[in-house]
Amino acid sequence: MNKRTLAALVLLGASPLFTAARAEPVTETLEIDGEAMITEAPAPKDPPGHPFDVVKSGWLYREPDTRAMEADSFENPGMLNVEHGEEVWNTVEGEAGKSCASCHGDAAETMKGVGASYPKWNAKAGKPFDIELQINACRTAQMKAEPYKFDARDQVDLTAYIKHQSLGIPVKIDLSAGDMMSWWQTGKDRYYLRTGQLNFACASCHEKNSGNYLRADHLSQGNSNGFPTYRLKQSNLVSLHNRFRGCVRDTRAEPPKAFSDELMALEVYVAWRGEGLSIETPAVRQ
Amino acid sequence: MNRAFKRSLVLIAVFAGAPATAETAPGEVTIDDMAVAQPVTAAAGDAINGRKVFADRGLGNCLACHVNSDLKNEQFQGTVGPALDGVADRWEAAQLRAIVVDAKKVFGPETMMPGFYSLDVGVDVAEEFKDKTILSAGDVEDVVAYLTTLKGE
Ligand code: HEC
Ligand code: HEC
Repeated sequence: MNKRTLAALVLLGASPLFTAARAEPVTETLEIDGEAMITEAPAPKDPPGHPFDVVKSGWLYREPDTRAMEADSFENPGMLNVEHGEEVWNTVEGEAGKSCASCHGDAAETMKGVGASYPKWNAKAGKPFDIELQINACRTAQMKAEPYKFDARDQVDLTAYIKHQSLGIPVKIDLSAGDMMSWWQTGKDRYYLRTGQLNFACASCHEKNSGNYLRADHLSQGNSNGFPTYRLKQSNLVSLHNRFRGCVRDTRAEPPKAFSDELMALEVYVAWRGEGLSIETPAVRQ
Repeated sequence: MNRAFKRSLVLIAVFAGAPATAETAPGEVTIDDMAVAQPVTAAAGDAINGRKVFADRGLGNCLACHVNSDLKNEQFQGTVGPALDGVADRWEAAQLRAIVVDAKKVFGPETMMPGFYSLDVGVDVAEEFKDKTILSAGDVEDVVAYLTTLKGE
């Protein structure tokens, strides 16, 4: 083959050399303690332009033993964090002498579905809040307690406890509230922004290459429905912004700070990309 | 004798009087017609070291994306790019050099493959990688020399 023909083939994407073997995600169904989870859903249609027809949970891309661990909450190590989160929920802290339970009572009732609708527009702050920011707002305004520092154990576990109350409920966020659409747009721009010496965008890995192996990692669509997620590599529950920062750092870039406008916008956009998938918190991942 | 020292000896032999690092800076490499005709450093590429650079996770980490059965003892070979078995039958050395130097100039701006000897990179590069290429000029030539040995599938 001469250079010209090769060039033409590359440009047309017609060469058979360029179709790498893809390892498709499994088509199994996930039940957690007998309750069915939605791990595949038609992509949200509004706003238009979703890159996939079907959105898929990261669970479908994991190894059989990792998948089994999530399906049985006695096996799922993240459930210990959820139990600790329940203790935190009931613990009085701060000068107001209140716990979360003082205002919100039984989380199984009052928090059911809440985690599936975040991030949510917060009119007072003029920006979207995720569960972590809402917890901090409750702590400072209602409990007169210190806000948690990013990734404090109590913050991660309490977030997981609250999200766990939405187990099985599909993610659906309200983009019509406040300025949510402009945050969605900023998040989208960020998703396609190439960062770092390796020059990758989120889309390089999770859109163009989901289904492919990046060394030992089976690339998923990078959905956020399982967070905080128990990561076997870290033997710990990991927050979403920690994961975002890790992914950006892997491009050899300096990642934005947790809860920065950049990462909040990204959280809005990523949550939208995964709308329709069940909350799996605490999911188990590699 | 270490490699750097050997290389400088070669350089002295080939270009008596030339500076010991006769390298082409990343911005100065000419990519013409999907090929880089001139080696980016004067020392001849060392295929044995190139094989190491190819596999090393901190250097080429080429296996992150490519299967290569010449390194079948290495676990976890990626499927993001095509298998590189027999790649030297498909591309000439000058083309392989262009692919390694800056794959975006060969495959187009959308390719996933990073430019290993290019400063045309993403935003917010971490301090320790700022203004640096992923591979040194010597490593690029070594990897190219190694790639030219991958013949016959
Ligand atoms: C260099 C490749 C790469 C890039 C770039 C990248 N990621 Fe990831 N990401 C991974 C890998 C590998 C995993 C773990 C396997 C998987 O779930 O895909 C992962 C996992 C995730 C997960 C967890 C998915 C789950 O099911 O638990 C989320 C969320 C995520 N990434 C979001 C992002 C976002 C947002 C960006 C851009 C800021 C990004 N990633 C950029 C490689 C990347
Ligand atoms: C992050 C992914 C990634 C990494 C790392 C990577 N490549 Fe690639 N490479 C690709 C992709 C993708 C292609 C196919 C071009 C395209 O379609 O964009 C490719 C194509 C190639 C080709 C042409 C293959 C053929 O069959 O025609 C060669 C040669 C090559 N790469 C060599 C290397 C070498 C050597 C390294 C390491 C120094 C490396 N690559 C690292 C993704 C990668």
